[in-house]
Amino acid sequence: MNVNLKLYEAIKDVGINLLLILPDNMIQGLIQVINEKNEIRQITITREEEGMGIAAGAYLGGMKPAILMQNSGLGNSINAIKSLLQLYKIPILLIMSHRGVEGEKIMAQNQMGQVTFNLLECINLKYFIVNSVKIIENFKNAMTLMQDNSESAAIVLERSLWGEDS
Amino acid sequence: MKRYDVLKEIVKTLNHELVVCNLGIPSRELYHLKDRNENFYMLGSMGLTSSIALGLAISQPKRKVYCIDGDGSLLMNLGSLSTIASINPANLTLIVIDNGTYGSTGNQKTHTSGRTNLALIAKGAGFESIIVITNKNDIKAKLGNQGPDCNFILIKTNPGNANVNIIKLDPEKMKERFMQSMYKPLKN
Repeated sequence: MNVNLKLYEAIKDVGINLLLILPDNMIQGLIQVINEKNEIRQITITREEEGMGIAAGAYLGGMKPAILMQNSGLGNSINAIKSLLQLYKIPILLIMSHRGVEGEKIMAQNQMGQVTFNLLECINLKYFIVNSVKIIENFKNAMTLMQDNSESAAIVLERSLWGEDS
Repeated sequence: MKRYDVLKEIVKTLNHELVVCNLGIPSRELYHLKDRNENFYMLGSMGLTSSIALGLAISQPKRKVYCIDGDGSLLMNLGSLSTIASINPANLTLIVIDNGTYGSTGNQKTHTSGRTNLALIAKGAGFESIIVITNKNDIKAKLGNQGPDCNFILIKTNPGNANVNIIKLDPEKMKERFMQSMYKPLKN
């Protein structure tokens, strides 16, 4: 089973039923699988911060949303993570591709890429790095943390996940 | 007509509607006029009122959802209009109280006090149902008139805030009572 299909299965297995998506090059294959399967409701968002708001509302109404985004969007969303998700203890899963680290071809990505983990730690958003075959385990660990503590969490998708071709 | 007069008219119509209210003095005024379990008061994340309301409308399709936003807040998240118009949830009414100012921070002017027209922006975003209200006697009738499309209701008012206290609810407890209000079956 290819990586994008594995990621898709992991998202489905943990019960995500609404995906708020802003595309990135690294996750285009995954987005294609999501489109082809057409089993999980998806909404294209205009900015990651907007996705935090929609996800919060959908969670309040009983859904299990996740945001699929690029790590640069973390910078666009910090106030919403702090003063919406964390203030009210709303557990949302942020699934983000990690641009701007080893293997990056576009230099402009490096500034955000290199501070991504620092930012996550600074705002106290726990994260799970997915860079190997243990994909589903990390998704399950993130969901357990979210359910136990009513807190949001991040899955950080590393380029090495897709191998040499990415 | 000021924001407080508009909120007075809105609360007269409320029954089972879920309400998401813009942060700052708008939420304080609503809390003062009619606190209810079905009210979600924003305490931070300025701009995301309409996004939270959209998420609610999607997840609770049988409930009516009112979003009470302001011009300053909506101007922070204009992309939300294109997302909402694209999904077009019939159970969502986006009410924008446009007083042309940042009311909670000292009534500094927003761009809607000048050349910017939020109803035209909503039209460009793809809203089918756009209503502009300038008289408070029209609010009740227009709110009750729900068609097949998501409503965008722009209410033009003068600037000004009521003298009301801060909200003394714990954010987490307020979230819990809001969520529990949805578990009760609807009576009509």
